[in-house]
Amino acid sequence: METTEGTKKKKITGSEAVILSLINEGVDVLFGYPGGAIMPVYDAMHDYYDKLNHILTRHEQGALHAAQGYARVTGKVGVSIVTSGPGATNAVTGIADAMIDSTPLVVISGQVASSLLGTDAFQETDVVGITQPITKWNYQIKNAADIPEAIAKAFYIAKSGRPGPVLLDITKDAQFGEFEYEYKKIDFIRSYRPLPKTDYSQIDEAARLINLAKKPMALIGQGVILGGAEKEALEFLEKADIPFAYTLLGLSAIPTEHRLNIGMLGMHGHYAPNVKTNDADLIIAIGMRFDDRVTGNLDKYAKKAKVIHLDIDPAEVNKNVYADVPVLGNVKDTLPLLTEKISPNNHEEWLQEFRALINVETQKIINKQINPAEEGILMGEVIHKVSEAFGNDAIMVTDVGQHQMMAARYFKFKQSRSVVTSGGLGTMGFGLPAAIGAKMGKPDRPVVLFAGDGGFQMTIQELGTIFQSNIPVKVVLLNNSFLGMVRQWQELFFDKRYAMTELVNPDFQTICKGYHMPSELVDSREKLDAAIKNLVEQDGPYLIEVVVEKEGNVFPMVPAGASVSDIRLE
Amino acid sequence: MKQEFTISIYSENHIGLLSQVSTVFTRRNVNIESITSSESAIPGIHKITIVAITEKELIDKVQTQLDKRIDVVKSFVFTEDEVIHQEIALYKVPTEAILESNEVERLIRKHNARILEISKEYTVIEKTGHKSETQELFEKLSQFGVTQFTRSGRVAVTKLKKELLSSYLDKLENEKIIKD
Repeated sequence: METTEGTKKKKITGSEAVILSLINEGVDVLFGYPGGAIMPVYDAMHDYYDKLNHILTRHEQGALHAAQGYARVTGKVGVSIVTSGPGATNAVTGIADAMIDSTPLVVISGQVASSLLGTDAFQETDVVGITQPITKWNYQIKNAADIPEAIAKAFYIAKSGRPGPVLLDITKDAQFGEFEYEYKKIDFIRSYRPLPKTDYSQIDEAARLINLAKKPMALIGQGVILGGAEKEALEFLEKADIPFAYTLLGLSAIPTEHRLNIGMLGMHGHYAPNVKTNDADLIIAIGMRFDDRVTGNLDKYAKKAKVIHLDIDPAEVNKNVYADVPVLGNVKDTLPLLTEKISPNNHEEWLQEFRALINVETQKIINKQINPAEEGILMGEVIHKVSEAFGNDAIMVTDVGQHQMMAARYFKFKQSRSVVTSGGLGTMGFGLPAAIGAKMGKPDRPVVLFAGDGGFQMTIQELGTIFQSNIPVKVVLLNNSFLGMVRQWQELFFDKRYAMTELVNPDFQTICKGYHMPSELVDSREKLDAAIKNLVEQDGPYLIEVVVEKEGNVFPMVPAGASVSDIRLE
Repeated sequence: MKQEFTISIYSENHIGLLSQVSTVFTRRNVNIESITSSESAIPGIHKITIVAITEKELIDKVQTQLDKRIDVVKSFVFTEDEVIHQEIALYKVPTEAILESNEVERLIRKHNARILEISKEYTVIEKTGHKSETQELFEKLSQFGVTQFTRSGRVAVTKLKKELLSSYLDKLENEKIIKD
């Protein structure tokens, strides 16, 4: 057993045990908000600021999204501490977001004393019941002595297998209780199998299909990033010469400029991979889950293709798309097995088919976004310029909506774990706090947040966190005075009836001033380059508010219910 | 095509486990026909038996989601012909009805039921069997005025020689030894 912090035959409180156990798990940054039922833990933390950097957010939702941002860029477990009742319910959105996007989190919530459980005590809520369907595991601790084991279990569960959020609810009496502390890490739970067994005959069959395929297409999901399998994926793709597309969360796993990159999948992805999905004779899905935003109408999805599905989660196999060959396991382990069995190949002709469509999209959409003819500023040109200004090598954080899809389309990447965005849950308000967490996780890399004026206002109070803790986050606020994505749908599918999507906004510059956030307004194209220069060169946090075209649309687009190959260019 | 499935779920015996399990069915919109829960033959491991009528394709997805719950050790899905199963039913009828004719007595004999308790006012009859059998007796007894009727969920054992869970646990234990 490795030596552990605070292992001594001396009685300590449950609260101190919480802090020591976090330190023993290697936690050095955490995000939270104090309150009545968690006060003993905060009191214990007060003696450990040299080891634990606690970031005080302005709302528990902010604490959760910050922990998510931290986890996504570092690959470590994000940690968040909240109080009972409203503290815990405010955390729910972040927990649900982490669940659907497979983000490892440990959330510690205070709870009323065990003698009061179930009595509707002050700030009591059944947080274990509430979060049961949106956590990978949760548990209520009612005895101080159970704390070390529960925390060890929580970290093991959160980060192993397909990662996810774990919530520990600790009653106030358990925080006060005293016991002899000892910490042991856990790497086995009899009812839990994080790594499914790989069936080697499926590897053989997959290799056979890959060798036979004339029109193979690989789909890169977040599983590649979570498994740390970027190198393995690249070796596989290059040996077989297979064009690859990526999901929103698979973005940055492989550098944007790679020869085999054919773009993003799904509703607002690129033209070529969507159209060609129904031409491909083989789909190799690597650590992705065939979300409906990726597949469009399932009855018209990949109709000519056999499907090889590599995933760590057996529940994802055959969930949405039938897998002719399921390959279970961590893709970091299974991809090399596959690479070894396949023959070197060349798919230049097939690649040319993609390039032809990429050219169509470049001419009809991308060029017009990057070099617009109209007077109004477009989101695409801003994102493109910001990406280049950071050498196409920044961490990109987004909120949710049009700007998110635009950022995914126009920002470029050189290294993995450079994207923090709310994929599955589509949580508006995610961006600003997630950017805080990302910057805390990777202080040496630039972190750029793109946010819309709608989502930005959902967690705008976190500007206070940036000021208090001096976190040098770069913010690009793309302001079109609309809830743009909903407005786009209203324009296209609801006869331009703009029900409740026009926003009368505050003066964001004044708000920034109030929060001591250096900022500037870009309301004409001439001001854009200088503002971006300031954004890059300022040492501390900086915000540029860019007034963009009010009724700009994100294209291409797969309309809801349509086949991916019916993607619209306008 | 919808058919009846018996799902055996082995789990740790934690508070809230039943809710974890039932949520999986709720999310997939599968109605639970019956449910029983009790300690299994293996100390510390709980067994939940659920009967559901649904499509094979859907129950397979439910099963993978059940196995994904951390506290679920393992679940197994069986079709009707893969298990031996029983349910128990209790019927309360007025004692008067038994005294008036020998018809109730005849029914008890014919259906292999038995009398648990007799008081001046009522008699409690017990019958074990498949649901169709306990239902049939209920319908036949109804004419004598069944004042209370209750039926349990299903208990089931497989037709396999080996206990599936024991071999599963042995396998896990071996893997752990290899890992250590």
